[in-house]
Amino acid sequence: MVAKKLNLKDKYRALTRDLDWDYDYADRKKAFPYEEFEGIKITDWSKWEDPFRLTMDAYWKYQAEKEKKLYAIFDAFSQNNGHLNVSDARYVNAIKVFLTGVSPLEYQAFQGYAHVGRQFGGAGARVACQMQSIDELRHVQTQIHAMSHYNKFFDGFQDWTHMHDRVWYLSVPKSFFDDARSAGPFEFLIAISFSFEYVLTNLLFVPFMSGAAHNGDMATCTFGFSAQSDEARHMTLGLEIIKFLLEQHEDNVPIVQKWIDKWFWRGTRLLAIVAMMMDYMLPNKVMSWKEAWEVYFEDAGGALFKDLARYGIRMPKFVETTAKEKEHISHQAWWIFYTHGHAAGFHTSIPSAEEMDWLSEKYPDTFDKYYRPRWELAKEMEDRGERFYTNGLPQLCTTCQIPMGFTEMDDPTQIAYRSSDFEGEKYHFCSDGCKHIFDEEPEKYVQSWLPVHQIYQGNCGGADVETVLREYYKMNLGEDNMDFKGSPDEKRWNEWKSKGVA
Amino acid sequence: MSKVYLALQDNDDSRYIVEAISEDNPSATVINQPAMIRIENEGELVVLRETVEEKIGREWDVQELHLSLITLGGNVDEDEDQLRLSWNV
Amino acid sequence: MTIEIKTATLQPIRNTFANIERRFGDKPASRYQEATYDLQGETNFHYRPLWQPQYELNDKSRTQIKMEDWYDLKDPRQFYYGTYVQQRAKHQEATETNYSFFDKRGLTEHLPEEVKSHLITYLIPLRHVEHTANLNNMYGCAFGYGTAITQALLYNAMDRLGNAQYLSRIGLLLDGNSSESLATAKQEWLKNPAWQGMRALCEEMTTVEDWFEVFIAQDLVVDTLVFNLFYEQLDQKLAVMGGRDVALLTEFMQVWNKDSSRWLDSVLKTVASESEDNRALLEEWVQQWRVKTLAALRPVIAAMLDKGDALDIADALLEARLKKIGITR
Ligand SMILES: [Fe+2]
Ligand SMILES: [Fe+2]
Ligand SMILES: [Zn+2]
Repeated sequence: MVAKKLNLKDKYRALTRDLDWDYDYADRKKAFPYEEFEGIKITDWSKWEDPFRLTMDAYWKYQAEKEKKLYAIFDAFSQNNGHLNVSDARYVNAIKVFLTGVSPLEYQAFQGYAHVGRQFGGAGARVACQMQSIDELRHVQTQIHAMSHYNKFFDGFQDWTHMHDRVWYLSVPKSFFDDARSAGPFEFLIAISFSFEYVLTNLLFVPFMSGAAHNGDMATCTFGFSAQSDEARHMTLGLEIIKFLLEQHEDNVPIVQKWIDKWFWRGTRLLAIVAMMMDYMLPNKVMSWKEAWEVYFEDAGGALFKDLARYGIRMPKFVETTAKEKEHISHQAWWIFYTHGHAAGFHTSIPSAEEMDWLSEKYPDTFDKYYRPRWELAKEMEDRGERFYTNGLPQLCTTCQIPMGFTEMDDPTQIAYRSSDFEGEKYHFCSDGCKHIFDEEPEKYVQSWLPVHQIYQGNCGGADVETVLREYYKMNLGEDNMDFKGSPDEKRWNEWKSKGVA
Repeated sequence: MSKVYLALQDNDDSRYIVEAISEDNPSATVINQPAMIRIENEGELVVLRETVEEKIGREWDVQELHLSLITLGGNVDEDEDQLRLSWNV
Repeated sequence: MTIEIKTATLQPIRNTFANIERRFGDKPASRYQEATYDLQGETNFHYRPLWQPQYELNDKSRTQIKMEDWYDLKDPRQFYYGTYVQQRAKHQEATETNYSFFDKRGLTEHLPEEVKSHLITYLIPLRHVEHTANLNNMYGCAFGYGTAITQALLYNAMDRLGNAQYLSRIGLLLDGNSSESLATAKQEWLKNPAWQGMRALCEEMTTVEDWFEVFIAQDLVVDTLVFNLFYEQLDQKLAVMGGRDVALLTEFMQVWNKDSSRWLDSVLKTVASESEDNRALLEEWVQQWRVKTLAALRPVIAAMLDKGDALDIADALLEARLKKIGITR
């Protein structure tokens, strides 16, 4: 027998997709029932190119190595009380938002990829999704373990999973992933693997993790970069799925384009939270949201869409709006949270004088003109002992579920309102993008569990905000919420500092 | 032409990998950022196993790259000898 | 500097997350606990799945089994991702040593032809059964309820892919990396009448709806029988035929089976003792799948093993396991 050595590609093929076979005894459609209803046409799964060729033995080996390093750092972090090294206790609020808002999405990614990792008829795609599923489980679990130490010394982390299912602003990320998971398997992949992981995830992780490094948070920085090392594989899956669908059948092109339009907008709305974290929540800044958007979306995304043009794919709808929004979105989002700080599970605060100068420098066209006056007024009120909180509950956008606080981009003094009628009801939106998404699938979005509506309907344990926060959200009032100034977090931090610990 | 890029965690292995990449892609730009190193190039970027092994002084599997990789942009082509990033335009 | 700190200053304000405290009291928690309990969304789902509008995204009613608390199904191995991959990495390193020893010593050449053909006809086709097990465990992971069971099912699914890949590598050792033996073994799986019962059974399992029934069929019934027949009884036969060294290549699967059985028995014991309804349902499923699996295995076992009582031995083992778990009385 002539020993012909298999190359990596053929070997991987033999070790994965060759395990599957054509069914003769059972109905294969019954085993893989969700492949057709979205209208996507797959003529030949064997054309799937495996983006990375990791067999399980190599997977265990490399991932174990990453985990060993990561947990060694976690152990050292808690033994040495690493939380004392952060730039300022205000910083910790950024990772509260992360644990309550982002980590549960990692969990949903684990679930979503498990589902498609079972349901795709092609073994190559299935295995890639299964590996992503277990990676995403890794991400949520390492995030919990990284935050576990912070939870012992700061408020606001303790009921993250309970909060994620209920709290008003956390319905923004929750509904994002519920939307993706409740979609068909191909839309899920375009939503998460392509639009989110490939096009937008760098905006979530890279600047944020550099921010953690810059603010002395070794635990977060380490898990973040360690998680990102899996992300390179996920991004490549995102690019592979889109090329695969577009090459399989020309009828797939308009369907895919529609999903790209939807998920790009959905993603940019979700990232408004990251925008405000970068510009307002990191005491030591890394780069502005606007800069991050330019590097990680405009440059990187531009190259990508140029590459996809040969399939007839164009830039996502409303991309011109985002070019204007990058100047405004972080300021407007933080203002929403600042004014609703009594109902948030983390602490808000007014940017310091130096921070305002930094914002002026980074946003020369907008900050001084529109936002500085607001913060200076807020500061005056705070100095008078009248820290400003908005009474009442905000109206939410039916699609993205963010309170209606974003403006017209051509007139940043004017709150944007859009609406649609469906079956005799009126629905409200924050933007053309969100309205468009609703209009394409109204039957889906009328189901939205809008936290404010739910409170008014008495489904959240009480009619007044305080009862909802305390009973239904299980927030520790006076500890988790309100301004950073005067919070127990601040008090403890100052005590550590005065004792020379921090 | 569009830029392809990859970013690595700033650790010991990465330094050798970056050295190898710079040698094999003379037109590439190396940018140091907090805790990470970003390398970009017009059109194409290649990581060759052989060069990395030369720099690092031991056997090196292309898949080991994933231990330090933070992100990348471009179409990926990976086999036992190299990892290549490229755009088709 | 730290000497100055009064210990009181750095006292933690809480020991663990609130959900863990509600379950286990105000005391330090293990990493397994913090990474397992209550992770999955429980309520206020925004949209019904387009692909299963009769259910919520996370829904307990995807199985007939009822648990007061699905998080009772904890993993005695306390596997969360980090402990899981590190455990498997250790194990794969040892296996790698075995495989490269086998390869370097040219042990393939010392195998009698008859042993080789046994491997190709009977052992290597098992990779398709492992592939089915991968699908079935993924199914439970995706449709199951509560991280305690769903994470363990995912680890199991990935393990099965690993098993399938090790079996494939046995083929590559035999054919000097040409993958011819894999192709031949696949033809056995697809065409050999002796295998068709098993193939039909595998195909059928992937069409069953209730995820817990799939779990019982695959991980309890099929696996108990298959692992005994193929990794113990076949192994003994191969040893007699001069193929003792093959055990080096199947050690991973044998050790794996022990590890996974510990988890499975513990989980099923909890489910069976939760209620008489659960137990009765488990028993019904087991009996159904037991009859089918034994029938499916009969021809291939008859051809593979010379002993007439091979199936009875495996079935007795299953019976003992069912008693131990508390499914049959
Ligand atoms: Fe992730
Ligand atoms: Fe990911
Ligand atoms: Zn909106």
